[in-house]
Amino acid sequence: MNDAIRAQFPALSATVHGRPLVWLDSAATAHKPMAVLDAMNVAAATSYANVHRGVHELAVRATAAYEGARADVARFLGDVDVRDVVFTRGTTESLNLVARAWGDRHLRAGSRVLVGQMEHHSAIVPWQEAAKRAGAELVAIPFTADAVYDLERYAQLLEGGAAVVVVAHASNAFGTVHPVAKMAAMAHSVGAKVVVDGAQGAVHGPPRVAELGADFYALSGHKLYGPTGIGVLWARPDAWEETPPFLHGGEMIRSVRFSGTTYADRPARYEAGTPPILEAIGLGAAIRWLEGVGWNAIVAHETGLTAYLLDALDTVPGLTWIGRGAPRVPLASFVLDGIHPHDVGSVLDREGIAVRTGHHCAQPAMEAMGRVATTRASLGVTSVPGDVDALVAGLAVVRRRLG
Amino acid sequence: MSELDDLYQEVILDHGRRPRNRRAMPDGSHRCDGYNPLCGDHVLVAVRMDGEAIADVAFEGEGCAICMASASLMTEIVRGHTVPEFDQAFDAVRALVRGEPGSQEMGKLAVFGGVAAFPMRVKCATLAWHTAKAALHGATEATTE
Repeated sequence: MNDAIRAQFPALSATVHGRPLVWLDSAATAHKPMAVLDAMNVAAATSYANVHRGVHELAVRATAAYEGARADVARFLGDVDVRDVVFTRGTTESLNLVARAWGDRHLRAGSRVLVGQMEHHSAIVPWQEAAKRAGAELVAIPFTADAVYDLERYAQLLEGGAAVVVVAHASNAFGTVHPVAKMAAMAHSVGAKVVVDGAQGAVHGPPRVAELGADFYALSGHKLYGPTGIGVLWARPDAWEETPPFLHGGEMIRSVRFSGTTYADRPARYEAGTPPILEAIGLGAAIRWLEGVGWNAIVAHETGLTAYLLDALDTVPGLTWIGRGAPRVPLASFVLDGIHPHDVGSVLDREGIAVRTGHHCAQPAMEAMGRVATTRASLGVTSVPGDVDALVAGLAVVRRRLG
Repeated sequence: MSELDDLYQEVILDHGRRPRNRRAMPDGSHRCDGYNPLCGDHVLVAVRMDGEAIADVAFEGEGCAICMASASLMTEIVRGHTVPEFDQAFDAVRALVRGEPGSQEMGKLAVFGGVAAFPMRVKCATLAWHTAKAALHGATEATTE
């Protein structure tokens, strides 16, 4: 990983406050390589029409490109069946789809929904609402001080029964990669469905969703170097069979009469209305670009750089990085003694360094960890050791100014 | 001075590190919880009135230097004033941190003028003010939204 890769990301040559940008916020959203921007531009200029409608040439080209992107996603998820890959607007919509459509059909009064306490609000709140509608019980799966789910407590919770277990592939707040395959097997032994939030876990290596044991797996395009406004929901065929349509409208029907409507087969069944066509094409291009770089090289690069980041943070006086569980995605969530993360973030910003500060949309996780907020530095394919060095130097400035 | 020097003036750092009137006030006549959804910061503001005048203001909570300093200075400045006077000060502070033209003499609060160069920090500076205003007007929950 080197300058040749960074050169493909025009956003990374930006100057902020008179300094070269140091991008340490990939976990919030990743910048896009020219391959993605070009693919969307070319599609808009040469192959744009509504998909699956019309017999004209541009409709044919647009449909081929859109369905080609679905094939890219299916390959990325571990050579799954393209029919099980549904495009959404993002992870949040994917998770809401499952809670609304599957949840409202299958949750009953007294059902138990087990959601990890470390999860993102978009994994918690849709199920909190679904549980409310059904009279079901929302139960938190606790985690340890290392930000690792407590599997003994989880096993005890499962003994009380569960309709569904909701857990991230990897934590956006602390970076832990969760033992999803093990947790899924345990959930399946009591007949629970397993919903996996892949927003963070999917972007550091192809997730192989079937081996992971997920029944539903959600991800966002914009964290995978693709555009915003596009996401994916994959489900096992039997899980899809249990899931009624979520949004109703054009594209998702077979036949409409005032006496009743029948629905198209999936994936169209879950893609009502005109989908984000160019965004899907951009996501497909991102996946092909990542494959071109090579996932083995990416994983090796990010693993090495994560160790470099964590070692570097350990040298910073008064700094504690939180959640020491392993394996982990390439991010560190940390606090500086006596200095609030927002103040850290503002000073770093003036040094050109972009980090995320706050509760990371995971307030229950922060609360259980006894924190209100942290500073999060996250790495990706474009990160270099110099980014980490800049962060450490920036934190010294923070300390001088505010310590 | 740099924008950061303007933001983190000595008065702000001092009040941020050692906030005044950060204490419980069990005998308050008005109290309100304030939330900044952006960062999760939470302050509880309690007020004790003496007739028309604000006799005492205290707050509880933790936040960034800007949020704590703003809460701290607010509790010092508004004491002895009436609710309409508080509302005037609120408008002036809000205009100041948003970089909008204001007509009022800001006195000590002028130190928050540096916030205007940091749009993402405006809500840090206004959380305690929003919360106190909501308390004085009878609400029990406020946000910076």
